[in-house]
Amino acid sequence: MISVKKQMNQNQNTILIMKNIIRTIMLGLVSMTLASAAPSVGQAMPKLSGMLPGAAIPNTAGKVVLVDFWASWCGPCKASFPCFNRLHQKYAGKGLVIVGIGVDEDPAKYQAFVAKQQVAFALAHDAKHKAAAFFAPSTMPTSYLVDRKGIIRYIHSGFKGAKTEAEYAKQIEELLAK
Amino acid sequence: MKFISRIILCVSSLFLCNCAEQLVRVQPYERGNLAGPLMSQERDPLQKAMTEHAYFSREASFGGGGVGGGGCGCN
Repeated sequence: MISVKKQMNQNQNTILIMKNIIRTIMLGLVSMTLASAAPSVGQAMPKLSGMLPGAAIPNTAGKVVLVDFWASWCGPCKASFPCFNRLHQKYAGKGLVIVGIGVDEDPAKYQAFVAKQQVAFALAHDAKHKAAAFFAPSTMPTSYLVDRKGIIRYIHSGFKGAKTEAEYAKQIEELLAK
Repeated sequence: MKFISRIILCVSSLFLCNCAEQLVRVQPYERGNLAGPLMSQERDPLQKAMTEHAYFSREASFGGGGVGGGGCGCN
Protein backbone atom coordinates (compact mmCIF):
# COMPACT_ATOMS: atom_id res chain seq x y z
CA MET A 1 0.00 0.00 0.00
CA ILE A 2 2.81 2.38 0.97
CA SER A 3 4.77 1.56 -2.16
CA VAL A 4 1.71 2.37 -4.34
CA LYS A 5 1.38 5.81 -2.65
CA LYS A 6 5.12 6.42 -3.15
CA GLN A 7 4.75 5.50 -6.78
CA MET A 8 1.81 7.91 -7.22
CA ASN A 9 3.76 10.76 -5.56
CA GLN A 10 6.72 10.10 -7.82
CA ASN A 11 4.45 10.14 -10.88
CA GLN A 12 2.90 13.47 -9.80
CA ASN A 13 6.37 14.95 -9.23
CA THR A 14 7.49 13.79 -12.66
CA ILE A 15 4.41 15.34 -14.29
CA LEU A 16 5.05 18.64 -12.47
CA ILE A 17 8.70 18.70 -13.55
CA MET A 18 7.68 17.88 -17.14
CA LYS A 19 5.10 20.68 -17.15
CA ASN A 20 7.68 23.19 -15.91
CA ILE A 21 10.21 22.11 -18.54
CA ILE A 22 7.61 22.37 -21.32
CA ARG A 23 6.51 25.81 -20.09
CA THR A 24 10.11 27.04 -20.09
CA ILE A 25 10.73 25.69 -23.61
CA MET A 26 7.50 27.26 -24.89
CA LEU A 27 8.35 30.63 -23.32
CA GLY A 28 11.85 30.48 -24.79
CA LEU A 29 10.54 29.69 -28.28
CA VAL A 30 7.87 32.39 -28.13
CA SER A 31 10.45 34.97 -27.01
CA MET A 32 12.77 33.81 -29.83
CA THR A 33 9.92 34.32 -32.30
CA LEU A 34 9.12 37.78 -30.92
CA ALA A 35 12.79 38.76 -30.71
CA SER A 36 13.32 37.99 -34.41
CA ALA A 37 10.55 40.44 -35.43
CA ALA A 38 11.93 43.24 -37.58
CA PRO A 39 11.31 46.92 -36.71
CA SER A 40 8.08 48.22 -38.19
CA VAL A 41 6.20 51.51 -38.61
CA GLY A 42 5.41 53.10 -35.24
CA GLN A 43 8.41 51.56 -33.46
CA ALA A 44 11.34 53.56 -32.10
CA MET A 45 14.48 53.65 -34.20
CA PRO A 46 17.35 51.92 -32.36
CA LYS A 47 20.72 53.64 -31.99
CA LEU A 48 22.76 52.93 -35.12
CA SER A 49 26.08 53.69 -33.42
CA GLY A 50 25.59 50.67 -31.18
CA MET A 51 25.18 48.36 -34.18
CA LEU A 52 27.90 49.94 -36.29
CA PRO A 53 30.88 50.52 -34.00
CA GLY A 54 33.53 52.69 -35.62
CA ALA A 55 31.16 54.17 -38.20
CA ALA A 56 30.81 57.94 -38.35
CA ILE A 57 27.08 58.25 -37.73
CA PRO A 58 25.98 61.91 -37.67
CA ASN A 59 23.96 63.34 -34.81
CA THR A 60 20.32 62.46 -35.45
CA ALA A 61 18.72 63.90 -32.31
CA GLY A 62 15.64 65.95 -33.19
CA LYS A 63 16.12 65.38 -36.93
CA VAL A 64 14.25 63.52 -39.64
CA VAL A 65 16.39 60.52 -40.53
CA LEU A 66 16.43 58.39 -43.66
CA VAL A 67 18.27 55.09 -43.13
CA ASP A 68 18.89 53.21 -46.36
CA PHE A 69 20.25 49.67 -46.69
CA TRP A 70 22.13 49.21 -49.95
CA ALA A 71 24.70 46.94 -51.59
CA SER A 72 27.15 47.39 -54.49
CA TRP A 73 25.69 44.34 -56.30
CA CYS A 74 22.15 45.76 -56.23
CA GLY A 75 21.08 47.71 -59.34
CA PRO A 76 18.19 49.69 -57.81
CA CYS A 77 20.48 50.71 -54.92
CA LYS A 78 22.87 52.24 -57.42
CA ALA A 79 19.97 54.03 -59.12
CA SER A 80 18.81 55.43 -55.76
CA PHE A 81 22.08 57.24 -54.96
CA PRO A 82 21.52 60.30 -57.21
CA CYS A 83 18.03 60.59 -55.69
CA PHE A 84 19.42 60.58 -52.14
CA ASN A 85 22.03 63.15 -53.16
CA ARG A 86 19.25 65.44 -54.45
CA LEU A 87 17.18 64.92 -51.29
CA HIS A 88 20.25 65.65 -49.15
CA GLN A 89 20.97 68.87 -51.04
CA LYS A 90 17.36 70.00 -50.78
CA TYR A 91 16.48 69.05 -47.20
CA ALA A 92 19.74 68.70 -45.19
CA GLY A 93 19.55 72.37 -44.20
CA LYS A 94 15.99 71.91 -42.98
CA GLY A 95 16.83 68.98 -40.70
CA LEU A 96 17.14 65.82 -42.78
CA VAL A 97 19.93 63.32 -42.13
CA ILE A 98 20.50 60.49 -44.62
CA VAL A 99 22.52 57.46 -43.54
CA GLY A 100 23.35 54.85 -46.17
CA ILE A 101 24.31 51.48 -44.72
CA GLY A 102 26.27 49.30 -47.14
CA VAL A 103 25.93 45.56 -46.52
CA ASP A 104 28.73 44.30 -48.79
CA GLU A 105 30.72 41.53 -47.15
CA ASP A 106 33.82 42.44 -49.12
CA PRO A 107 35.28 45.81 -47.96
CA ALA A 108 37.06 46.25 -51.32
CA LYS A 109 33.75 46.11 -53.22
CA TYR A 110 32.19 48.56 -50.76
CA GLN A 111 35.11 51.00 -51.15
CA ALA A 112 35.14 50.68 -54.95
CA PHE A 113 31.40 51.41 -55.13
CA VAL A 114 31.64 54.40 -52.79
CA ALA A 115 34.59 55.77 -54.77
CA LYS A 116 32.55 55.64 -58.01
CA GLN A 117 29.47 57.34 -56.54
CA GLN A 118 29.64 60.96 -55.56
CA VAL A 119 27.97 60.62 -52.19
CA ALA A 120 27.01 63.77 -50.30
CA PHE A 121 25.36 62.05 -47.32
CA ALA A 122 26.72 59.85 -44.49
CA LEU A 123 27.70 56.25 -45.17
CA ALA A 124 28.43 53.29 -42.91
CA HIS A 125 29.71 49.80 -43.65
CA ASP A 126 27.85 46.90 -42.05
CA ALA A 127 30.24 44.13 -43.14
CA LYS A 128 29.17 41.75 -40.38
CA HIS A 129 25.45 42.35 -41.04
CA LYS A 130 24.77 43.31 -37.45
CA ALA A 131 22.41 46.16 -38.36
CA ALA A 132 21.00 44.32 -41.38
CA ALA A 133 20.16 41.28 -39.26
CA PHE A 134 18.38 43.50 -36.76
CA PHE A 135 16.36 45.44 -39.35
CA ALA A 136 15.88 42.37 -41.59
CA PRO A 137 15.10 44.42 -44.74
CA SER A 138 12.64 42.56 -46.95
CA THR A 139 14.42 43.53 -50.16
CA MET A 140 17.38 45.55 -51.39
CA PRO A 141 17.26 48.50 -51.10
CA THR A 142 15.04 49.10 -48.08
CA SER A 143 14.86 52.45 -46.33
CA TYR A 144 13.37 53.65 -43.06
CA LEU A 145 12.10 57.18 -42.65
CA VAL A 146 12.20 58.32 -39.04
CA ASP A 147 10.51 61.41 -37.58
CA ARG A 148 12.06 64.01 -35.26
CA LYS A 149 11.00 62.00 -32.20
CA GLY A 150 12.88 58.91 -33.41
CA ILE A 151 9.83 56.89 -34.48
CA ILE A 152 9.85 54.95 -37.75
CA ARG A 153 7.07 56.50 -39.90
CA TYR A 154 7.60 55.01 -43.37
CA ILE A 155 9.36 51.96 -44.78
CA HIS A 156 10.25 51.83 -48.49
CA SER A 157 11.00 48.49 -50.13
CA GLY A 158 12.86 48.75 -53.43
CA PHE A 159 13.47 51.83 -55.54
CA LYS A 160 11.21 52.69 -58.49
CA GLY A 161 12.86 55.84 -59.85
CA ALA A 162 10.95 59.14 -59.99
CA LYS A 163 7.87 57.62 -58.36
CA THR A 164 9.79 56.66 -55.20
CA GLU A 165 11.65 59.99 -55.21
CA ALA A 166 8.35 61.89 -55.25
CA GLU A 167 7.09 59.75 -52.35
CA TYR A 168 10.28 60.45 -50.38
CA ALA A 169 10.00 64.20 -50.98
CA LYS A 170 6.35 64.29 -49.91
CA GLN A 171 6.95 62.23 -46.76
CA ILE A 172 10.13 64.11 -45.80
CA GLU A 173 8.35 67.47 -46.14
CA GLU A 174 5.49 66.13 -44.01
CA LEU A 175 7.87 64.94 -41.27
CA LEU A 176 9.98 68.12 -41.37
CA ALA A 177 6.85 70.22 -40.90
CA LYS A 178 5.89 68.42 -37.67
CA MET B 1 -0.89 10.95 -24.09
CA LYS B 2 -2.96 13.18 -26.36
CA PHE B 3 -1.88 16.22 -24.33
CA ILE B 4 1.80 15.33 -24.63
CA SER B 5 1.55 14.75 -28.38
CA ARG B 6 -0.17 18.15 -28.79
CA ILE B 7 2.60 19.81 -26.77
CA ILE B 8 5.26 18.09 -28.88
CA LEU B 9 3.49 19.27 -32.04
CA CYS B 10 3.31 22.88 -30.80
CA VAL B 11 6.95 22.91 -29.67
CA SER B 12 8.23 21.35 -32.88
CA SER B 13 6.21 23.71 -35.09
CA LEU B 14 7.53 26.74 -33.19
CA PHE B 15 11.04 25.34 -33.32
CA LEU B 16 10.79 24.69 -37.06
CA CYS B 17 9.38 28.19 -37.64
CA ASN B 18 12.43 29.67 -35.95
CA CYS B 19 14.75 27.41 -37.93
CA ALA B 20 13.10 28.40 -41.19
CA GLU B 21 13.37 32.09 -40.36
CA GLN B 22 16.94 32.23 -39.15
CA LEU B 23 18.87 29.32 -40.58
CA VAL B 24 17.48 28.23 -43.90
CA ARG B 25 16.54 31.38 -45.80
CA VAL B 26 19.16 33.47 -47.55
CA GLN B 27 18.35 37.01 -46.50
CA PRO B 28 18.11 39.80 -49.12
CA TYR B 29 21.29 41.43 -47.78
CA GLU B 30 23.23 38.14 -48.08
CA ARG B 31 22.68 37.73 -51.82
CA GLY B 32 25.96 39.30 -52.96
CA ASN B 33 27.31 36.04 -54.32
CA LEU B 34 23.99 35.07 -55.89
CA ALA B 35 23.84 38.44 -57.66
CA GLY B 36 27.23 37.90 -59.32
CA PRO B 37 27.37 37.64 -63.13
CA LEU B 38 28.71 34.07 -62.84
CA MET B 39 25.43 33.01 -61.25
CA SER B 40 23.39 34.28 -64.18
CA GLN B 41 21.79 31.81 -66.57
CA GLU B 42 22.33 34.31 -69.38
CA ARG B 43 26.06 34.86 -69.22
CA ASP B 44 26.38 35.62 -72.93
CA PRO B 45 23.50 37.82 -74.15
CA LEU B 46 24.53 37.48 -77.83
CA GLN B 47 24.57 33.69 -77.68
CA LYS B 48 21.24 33.69 -75.89
CA ALA B 49 19.69 35.93 -78.57
CA MET B 50 21.04 33.68 -81.35
CA THR B 51 19.77 30.50 -79.67
CA GLU B 52 16.34 32.02 -79.11
CA HIS B 53 16.23 33.18 -82.71
CA ALA B 54 17.13 29.67 -83.91
CA TYR B 55 14.42 28.09 -81.81
CA PHE B 56 11.92 30.71 -82.83
CA SER B 57 12.35 30.81 -86.59
CA ARG B 58 14.15 27.63 -87.70
CA GLU B 59 13.04 25.01 -85.26
CA ALA B 60 9.49 26.38 -85.25
CA SER B 61 9.44 25.72 -81.55
CA PHE B 62 8.65 28.38 -79.05
CA GLY B 63 8.02 28.92 -75.39
CA GLY B 64 9.25 30.17 -72.09
CA GLY B 65 11.79 32.64 -73.38
CA GLY B 66 9.94 35.55 -74.92
CA VAL B 67 6.77 37.14 -76.19
CA GLY B 68 3.75 35.32 -77.64
CA GLY B 69 3.73 33.78 -81.09
CA GLY B 70 2.33 30.90 -83.09
CA GLY B 71 5.55 29.03 -83.86
CA CYS B 72 4.90 29.17 -87.61
CA GLY B 73 8.41 30.29 -88.40
CA CYS B 74 7.11 33.23 -90.42
CA ASN B 75 8.90 35.93 -88.44
